[in-house]
Amino acid sequence: MAPPREHPVTESFQRFFRESDCFRKAAFLQRKEVAVNRKKSTKSDNSDIILPTDRIGLLDYLWAVQNAHGYIRSEDISACAKALKISQIDVEGVVSFYHFFHRKPAGEFTIYLNKSPVCECKGFERVKEAFEAATGGKFNGVDPSGEWGLFETACIGLSDMEPAALIEFYPFTNLNSLKVRDIVAKLKQGANPADICDPVPDHIRSVPDSDKAILLRDYNPGIALEALKDHTPESVLEAIKKSGLRGMGGAFFPTGFKWEACRKDPESPKYIFCNADEGEPGTFKDRVLMNSLPGLMLEGMAIAGYAVGSETGTIYLRAEYTWMKDKIQHTIDHFRKMNLLGKDICGIEGFNFNIRLQLGAGAYVCGEETAMLNSLEGKRGEPRNKRFFPTERGYLQKPTVINNVETFCAAARIIQLGVDHYLQTGTPTSPGTKLLSVSGDCRLPGIYEIEWGTTVREILEKCEADRPHFIQVSGPSGECISMVEADRAIAMDDLVSEGSIMIFSRSRDILSILRNYNHFFKHESCGLCTPCRAGNFILEKKLDLFAAKLAHPSDVEEVRSWGEIMKLTCRCGLGKTAPNALLMAQEKFPEYFASIVDQNPERLSKGFSLKDAVREYDRFSS
Amino acid sequence: MNKAKKKTNGKAKKASEQITITIDGKEIRTTAGRNLVQVANENDIFIPSLCYFENIEPPLGTCRVCTCKINGVAGPACTESVKEGMVVETSTDELKDARNAIVEMMFSEGNHFCPGCQKSGDCDLQHMAYELGLRSTRFPHVFKDRLIDFNPSRMIMEHNRCIKCGRCVKEVFTDDGQAVFSFRYRGNETRVGIDYNEEPKLSDEQARNAMNLCPTGAIIVRGELHARPFGGRRFDMESVQKKERVKEPEFKLPDEKKAIATISLAGCFGCHMSLLDIDLKLVDLVEVVDLHKSPLNDIKKFTKRCDIGLIEGGCCNADNVEVLREFRNKCDILVAFGECALWGGVPSMRNTIPLSECLEEAYLNCITSMPDECAVPYHEDLPKILDKVYACSEIVDIDYFIPGCPPDANHIWKSVLSLVSGAELPVLYSEFKYD
Repeated sequence: MAPPREHPVTESFQRFFRESDCFRKAAFLQRKEVAVNRKKSTKSDNSDIILPTDRIGLLDYLWAVQNAHGYIRSEDISACAKALKISQIDVEGVVSFYHFFHRKPAGEFTIYLNKSPVCECKGFERVKEAFEAATGGKFNGVDPSGEWGLFETACIGLSDMEPAALIEFYPFTNLNSLKVRDIVAKLKQGANPADICDPVPDHIRSVPDSDKAILLRDYNPGIALEALKDHTPESVLEAIKKSGLRGMGGAFFPTGFKWEACRKDPESPKYIFCNADEGEPGTFKDRVLMNSLPGLMLEGMAIAGYAVGSETGTIYLRAEYTWMKDKIQHTIDHFRKMNLLGKDICGIEGFNFNIRLQLGAGAYVCGEETAMLNSLEGKRGEPRNKRFFPTERGYLQKPTVINNVETFCAAARIIQLGVDHYLQTGTPTSPGTKLLSVSGDCRLPGIYEIEWGTTVREILEKCEADRPHFIQVSGPSGECISMVEADRAIAMDDLVSEGSIMIFSRSRDILSILRNYNHFFKHESCGLCTPCRAGNFILEKKLDLFAAKLAHPSDVEEVRSWGEIMKLTCRCGLGKTAPNALLMAQEKFPEYFASIVDQNPERLSKGFSLKDAVREYDRFSS
Repeated sequence: MNKAKKKTNGKAKKASEQITITIDGKEIRTTAGRNLVQVANENDIFIPSLCYFENIEPPLGTCRVCTCKINGVAGPACTESVKEGMVVETSTDELKDARNAIVEMMFSEGNHFCPGCQKSGDCDLQHMAYELGLRSTRFPHVFKDRLIDFNPSRMIMEHNRCIKCGRCVKEVFTDDGQAVFSFRYRGNETRVGIDYNEEPKLSDEQARNAMNLCPTGAIIVRGELHARPFGGRRFDMESVQKKERVKEPEFKLPDEKKAIATISLAGCFGCHMSLLDIDLKLVDLVEVVDLHKSPLNDIKKFTKRCDIGLIEGGCCNADNVEVLREFRNKCDILVAFGECALWGGVPSMRNTIPLSECLEEAYLNCITSMPDECAVPYHEDLPKILDKVYACSEIVDIDYFIPGCPPDANHIWKSVLSLVSGAELPVLYSEFKYD
């Protein structure tokens, strides 16, 4: 197979990527040292680590002790509770909330194999078996020797290179049985995961023609902040409002209004948070932005700080992207040196802004802004009641602006290029461009910067999709479409997308995709509200019935009505959107559902099979 | 109430401001900033609620049982403070159905064996289901195995009964301000954990308060909670909803007697015994119906088609399934009566344990079994045991449900009479129960 083509990008752009490669190498070297040091700590106390003393530092505390010992021990919990002056059950509650914190030894090498729907299509089961065979362990546990910890995990943002896994949080992509055997053999011989992990290319396949690219265009550090010299905070707000920029994380709230509300709030200090917790399966555009343009994100945050009057910014980076942490930190340090962060930035008097990096610990729901705030405050990442906007009472009850990586990047570009330039792209109702992460059954998975208004068909053609049949736009919580709707446009007034397009060909089984989604939501629900916690669990039982070929037409109807109840009553977006794909698939692929249910059910067997029910007892027949 | 007001002192200035809101088309004058659930309930508009507890501020908003439409947007009423001009819808069919569904979800998600619970009759979850008149849940019971935590010195955490409302998490603290409870894990694994070090620091009164704060029987202080007989418990007799007493409708009995068949499957015959508790009405019953195949008259076989079949008990073996299917074939209306028939009841307590484990424990590994001499009974004449106990409605369509363990005699009588006559006889609140 010929290697996938990269889209021809401009020379300066390529130069920039080469430079960013230097960043990457430096970061790898740094991390290597950390990794070598890691497993050596057999000291029972944590006297050699600097640990936080306030609850807001809880996540950092837990990461520090887990990195030192490979898991969080009971004595760490009690020490942590004592140091942070909270009760042990509080700490236990937080630890058990996150997927990546372990209370039992998690192996000398901890392997997280991605279980996203795309990965399942591309050979998840084979890779899983290969890992089990090579290591002698079983998934979701540690092998008897204690060397290998094998865990399944939700999408790790590498959908363009599936099957993919994280070993000690280093990326390993395009896995197959041979490669897995090879990796495990090398690790057994003492190789460092940092040395043998795969480089993560950005796979930028397409940017809009001529000068219409907004995000993926030439960049030099400070390019947007320089433009700030001609702006007052008010005029920045005006520009952002005029641009019609909306939050790109999926909620599409107008960014200008959000910033203005925060600015107008009399409380201070104010906080800026960058939501780099893109957990929606199939989404990896923020990965690419942070990998290729980390500076642009920082500039966007600084601009937000300038506009709303805040001096503190924090990036909440998902733990799946730990391998990018050093690079981003390096960029922050570099920016400080260049006076693009710090005091009197770019010589603008009184414009002070600093950025800190906070690592998450594996929870999809923390992408929800209020859940993220709780997580940052050292609490369980449960969404808050929507009594106040974060711009009124956010982080530590202070006015807070939370935006996604792409939103901050777009804001920086608006200031850099000017609103008028920005408004020339896209459609009148949705100006600008959008980054799409395209994955699944296509020859060119990767990043596509499109103008709003591009149709799904154009995207499918560009990525050379293979017999597309079931297309998931905007991740499992978004909308699924059939080819009948391929001419719909990606736009605010038609088909919205937070940035993910997953393509499934005719050969994929729709039910297994839907079961994967359901499993994901069941596992990622924070467990606080009844309809989400119990609803996803109950829907799973129903889907099992479909899989066992015991479903009746009435079951299709029941799933629909139960899904509607979840949409009406759930507390946050996770629960409200969890049944989306299931409901839409039923609506758009009726012939498929008709084929998997028993059309002429006997009244005497409602999804019950006597043969299955007595199978266990029959084992005692001899 | 006063306490709640004090805590919301941010709004103290506005507290005296009189406003008008509209609930279900009814205009209500009230004070600004008060809680919507309270305002509604004071004005005889019943908004069911479970996690809501008037002294917890801000309200929790976790259970979602109070979902209403507030100014056109669906959301929980308990987290809303009333504002001038607020328009609230509480009683559309969609909302009623959704609220019922949420309470039903709690029953199917937990393992709520009301007859075996110390809190039965004093339980907010059970009470809310009574108020809503829930006869059965539409969802399959999931029977998740949860261990009971006996570790704390004074308390017991019964995770099977917990509805994760979060009252204890948000309200129970030691005198030093440390949390005693916290949620642990997430998704459907979520449960409330108790801190073994902090719990002993609570005074006896604080511990009792924690137990009473729990809407179900999930938090129990050893030796402080005893099951009490029916009649003397908080939610036994009177509904909180002020309903006009419905006059029993006039009804006409059909010219021809209806044929009834009854059976007890995986049950204890207690429901049949309760049927006999209608005492003198038994004489009336014979006037109204013709009892066909039934353990009461020992007719073993169907010789004709019946109008009504009453099923007690769920299905634990292949024979139960066969009999149930025969009933479905031979009866026009199938009624499941009693908790076992509705969702498995007491026999389904084994559903959290794999069948082979149950059998091995009973026949192979018990103290009296001799090695190599004992076997799990298996013979062609013995009905095969199912992997779990199934509710009747999981196997065949059931037309009507009568809850209770056993159901109240009057409840059974009225239901049968309703089915025979076609008139809907109102079941009193005190006749409707799960234990």
